[in-house]
Amino acid sequence: MPVVCVHGPLRKPLGDRPEHELTGDTVAELLRGLERKHPGISGWILDERGLIRRHINVFVNGERGNEDTAVRPGDRVEVLPAITGG
Amino acid sequence: MTELLVGTKKGLFLLDGQPESGFEIKTRAFAGEPVDFATRDPRTGRAFATVTSPFYGPKIFYTDDPSGAGEWQQSDGVSLPEDEGKALERIWVITPGEAEGTLYAGGDPGVLFESRDGGATWQINGGLGEQPSRKDWQPGGGGLCLHSISTWPGDPDRLAVAISAAGMWLTEDGGRSWRRGNQGLNAGYLPEDASEEVMNARCVHHVERSPSRPERMFMQFHGGVYRSDDAGESWTAIGDGLPSDFGFPLALDPADSDSAYVIPLVADMDRVMPEGRVRVYETRDGGSTWAPRGDGLPAENAYLTVLRQAFNRTGEGESLQLYFGATSGELFGSGDAGATWSTVAERLPPVYSVVAR
Repeated sequence: MPVVCVHGPLRKPLGDRPEHELTGDTVAELLRGLERKHPGISGWILDERGLIRRHINVFVNGERGNEDTAVRPGDRVEVLPAITGG
Repeated sequence: MTELLVGTKKGLFLLDGQPESGFEIKTRAFAGEPVDFATRDPRTGRAFATVTSPFYGPKIFYTDDPSGAGEWQQSDGVSLPEDEGKALERIWVITPGEAEGTLYAGGDPGVLFESRDGGATWQINGGLGEQPSRKDWQPGGGGLCLHSISTWPGDPDRLAVAISAAGMWLTEDGGRSWRRGNQGLNAGYLPEDASEEVMNARCVHHVERSPSRPERMFMQFHGGVYRSDDAGESWTAIGDGLPSDFGFPLALDPADSDSAYVIPLVADMDRVMPEGRVRVYETRDGGSTWAPRGDGLPAENAYLTVLRQAFNRTGEGESLQLYFGATSGELFGSGDAGATWSTVAERLPPVYSVVAR
């Protein structure tokens, strides 16, 4: 199964676990699956439209990805806050 | 003892103290996060903070012990319907309702949330959300923000809300149906021959209702200060005598329905204190006359900006306390209804909101 890796404040509502094995064929399916398993994370990564929030970056095996990026068993999906702020 | 809940660009600050003896910071929460608004429900003591993480989106958090020992819980239901095609941008205000356990929250894009369980879960008010004109609502500079929620003492069915820049909205059936309350508002930023649809883009900045005379309301408009004596149906300009009729926040003395306090800024194109002097303006005759209240406030080279939720009061009458914060990080207070002022805190992050309890 693909593995979703989360960082920073996202870990706490996910039981302080950095890595989560999930089923799905796209990044969006994995993240929706993460929300179903951990409802407390709803709205934190994906907004109401199912879009990855503007200042969240997703990388699949080290390459920048988006909601539609295909994933396969063994892929590693990193969810990181963007380098932004003020 | 007075408690100040101060929302800033970098967290929530809780201060305790008294105007005469000073305040100290007791707690900082949500370190590094923008806290747009924070308040307490006086019925339960529960504290709320609206936090708009640039990464993780807008959320409402609550705790029954904000002093530091209590853990903040995230409220459920603070999002738009999936078929709306938009994302919630920010929660601007939370106001306790009249019915037991009821609270209201206003947000961008022009949405009203209701909670019936003390703020743990929230639902969108469908009556306002399904307004046919909604598709034409235009945002102000701060977004399409529902920032003012005026309840009616003792009557949970009567409510007024203000949206920048979609004007005033009134309900008398608990939010099932709504109508506009814009009569008399002069949108000087629009062409005189604009269509009715365009003219409905009323940029209300802040509204307060007099608790002792609920049909009386005061409004800071985008170019104009107004009073309503018919519960927000129509408005009369009362800005003559002010150095500028532009500004954002507004406060009232609950003991005097003829009272209002505003903090004028130069103009929409120059949002700082006129002449570099920090002054609050007070009326005690319903807006016929205004008097500057600046004793103890910076009197020169002070080009401050005070945002719409950064001015609040507690107490009433001669013991009315007033507090406001600036984007410069300074916080000022008065314990004598604005007659004299002192600096409550300095070097805070930019202040977004102030609530005094």
